[in-house]
Amino acid sequence: MNAEPQKVRLATVWLGGCSGCHMSFLDLDESLMDLSEQVELVYGPLVDAKTYPENVDLCLVEGAVTNIENLELARRIRTHTKIVVSFGDCAVTGNVTSMRNRIPVKDLLTAVYQQARAPIGPQALEVLPALLEKALPLHQAIRVDVFLPGCPPVPERISAVLDALLKGQEVELSPPLRTFG
Amino acid sequence: MSVITLTLNGELVSARTGQSLLEAIRDQGVKLPTLCHLDGLSTRGGCRLCLVEIGGSPRLLPACTTEAVEGMVVVTHNDKINHYRKLILELTFAERNHTCAVCVSNEHCELQALAAELGMDHVRYDYLDPDLGMDTSHEKFGVDHNRCILCLRCVRVCDEVEGAHTWDVRGRGILSQVITDLNRPWGESETCTECGKCVEICPTGALFDQGASVGEMKKDARFLRRILDGREKRQWQR
Ligand code: SF4
Ligand code: SF4
Ligand code: SF4
Ligand code: FES
Repeated sequence: MNAEPQKVRLATVWLGGCSGCHMSFLDLDESLMDLSEQVELVYGPLVDAKTYPENVDLCLVEGAVTNIENLELARRIRTHTKIVVSFGDCAVTGNVTSMRNRIPVKDLLTAVYQQARAPIGPQALEVLPALLEKALPLHQAIRVDVFLPGCPPVPERISAVLDALLKGQEVELSPPLRTFG
Repeated sequence: MSVITLTLNGELVSARTGQSLLEAIRDQGVKLPTLCHLDGLSTRGGCRLCLVEIGGSPRLLPACTTEAVEGMVVVTHNDKINHYRKLILELTFAERNHTCAVCVSNEHCELQALAAELGMDHVRYDYLDPDLGMDTSHEKFGVDHNRCILCLRCVRVCDEVEGAHTWDVRGRGILSQVITDLNRPWGESETCTECGKCVEICPTGALFDQGASVGEMKKDARFLRRILDGREKRQWQR
């Protein structure tokens, strides 16, 4: 009996982002078929696993680290993952998510949950994970191995990074593939 | 006009006396990154991207403000220089707010393009997240101080080319800010001729046309050379 070649254990994570990076990932279209032959998707918004597993080879992290829950997950990711990729501008720079950073958290929550006519009022604050004082780029919370900028990174960028990593090569994006925005 | 000889990246090259190192280097077809320099405006030496290594100097020096002199030994690219250029760009990004994704100049920005070219894929410093505000009081134009890199091209073009001197600078260091007419709202400026030169030569999304949305601000700083040639070389006379 031939042993199946060990598949790369891939995770994708959605922290403080808009999910646009994940949408762009789905835009890989038919290359997703090739990808699925090389990887086993072990965690992410597209998978039903509830806890971030152990022994992950490769993880794409979308979004800034913006609340306590994000921070805990980021630390768990780092402990259990070989290669962590900062996936998209929110993870790489804080981007749109961090535009709140100039406003003190207290004022922000008051404006949204106490003063505005939000569909959910002050009671939301009892269950929402506490916001960090500032939304942080991922590398300010944990060590990051690869940066994949873009808002969102277009599929070509995602392919370029995944191709290199799956071949065990160093990621070296060309200038047109590493702009912010 | 006398000719001098320098060593540029290990090769002997000639330059003209009185030329800046930047000019001499570019005459040799070597590409040097610049942001505050614009051909046709006076020299500022503010952005520090044109740093080069000069034999005998322990510090890197900006090529735009250094005169080319006989016998100089100049290196334009090596690990140390590249390291500092990238570091300077990272500090520039960290100092104000450069959320390219929601910027009028996205995909048409000199700062954004240079960052990609010089290999900046993230910023190692804490972002300062300032709240500097915008002035959209002018009927045609607006300024977002959060995107301003203080290259002062706007100040110089307005003074030196348009002759209006609407723009100036207040504050020092990190608190510096470009202002119009002694810090009155741009829309109330009595000196602004609405020529738009400042907007056109601003390398970032700091100066923009009213109504421009994300990615819509395309600028062409080459217009300046055309105007100046027309004036200086009298190319417009029949
Ligand atoms: S000015 Fe340039 S670098 Fe700054 S946010 Fe706009 S596009 Fe990005
Ligand atoms: S529009 Fe013209 S006159 Fe007005 S500030 Fe800009 S360069 Fe100066
Ligand atoms: S407004 Fe634009 S041209 Fe003026 S100093 Fe700022 S970045 Fe430079
Ligand atoms: S171009 Fe020389 S310092 Fe800016």
